[in-house]
Amino acid sequence: MTGHVFHPGHQELHGVTVVLEARGSRTYVGRFDNQDERGVHLHDVGVHDAASGSREDFLQRCDRFGIRPEHRDLLVPASEVVSIQRLVDAVR
Amino acid sequence: MPYNPALVAPMREEMTRMGARELTTAADVDGALGDQRGTMLVFVNSVCGCAAGNARPALKLALQHAVRPSQVVTVFAGQDLDATARARQYFADYQPSSPSMALLRDGEVVHFVHRHQIEGRAPQAVAADLMAAFDRHCAATV
Repeated sequence: MTGHVFHPGHQELHGVTVVLEARGSRTYVGRFDNQDERGVHLHDVGVHDAASGSREDFLQRCDRFGIRPEHRDLLVPASEVVSIQRLVDAVR
Repeated sequence: MPYNPALVAPMREEMTRMGARELTTAADVDGALGDQRGTMLVFVNSVCGCAAGNARPALKLALQHAVRPSQVVTVFAGQDLDATARARQYFADYQPSSPSMALLRDGEVVHFVHRHQIEGRAPQAVAADLMAAFDRHCAATV
C-alpha cells in the first residue's frame, strides 16, 4: 500500500501540519485541510498567544511532544492570515 | 467509525510482513508493553495516505539496518480503538497522532516520531532518522 492516498486531488498542504501566523498576537499549529475564499481550514489546532510566552518555545514543544489541540476544526479568516509554513520548516 | 476491515487489510499485512506484531486489544498491549524490557518500537498505523503511505515503507527500510529494536509491535489508529488508546497511555507525554512511532527502552520512551515529522518526506529520509535513533538507543551497551 505504499503511497496509498485516500484523499487525492487536494491542495498541496492538505494533511500537512502547518504553522499559521495570524494578524495580532496569535499563532495556530494544526493540520491543513484547505484554503478557500473564506480562509484557511485547519484540524486539531493548537493556539499560541504572544501574551502567554515565547512563540519559539511553543513551536519547539509542538515539535517534540506533538500538538495539544484546542480546536478540532478551525477556520482562520482570510483577512487574518499572514503566513503559512510547515511545522518542520518552522522549527528547523 | 473504523474503515471497512477489507480496505485496511493490506495496510495491516504491510506491517506484519516486515515483522511487526499486531496488538489488537488492550490486553495485547499490556502484554507487550507492560514491564517492557530491552528495545521495542511501537508503530501507530493509520489509513492516512498523507503520512502513513510513507511511514510504513520508511519503517520497512529502517528495519533492514544492522542495529534495530529487538521487537516491533503495531496498533492501528481508527481501527483497533481500545488497543490504540491503551498503547498511547504508555507514551502519554506525547500528544496522539497517527501515524507515529515510539521507540521504547526498558519501558521509557527514548525517541518519538510524530506524524508531522513524516508528512511530505520521502521514506528514505524518515528511515534515515529512524536508523540514527536505532544506533543511538538500540546498540548493545558494553
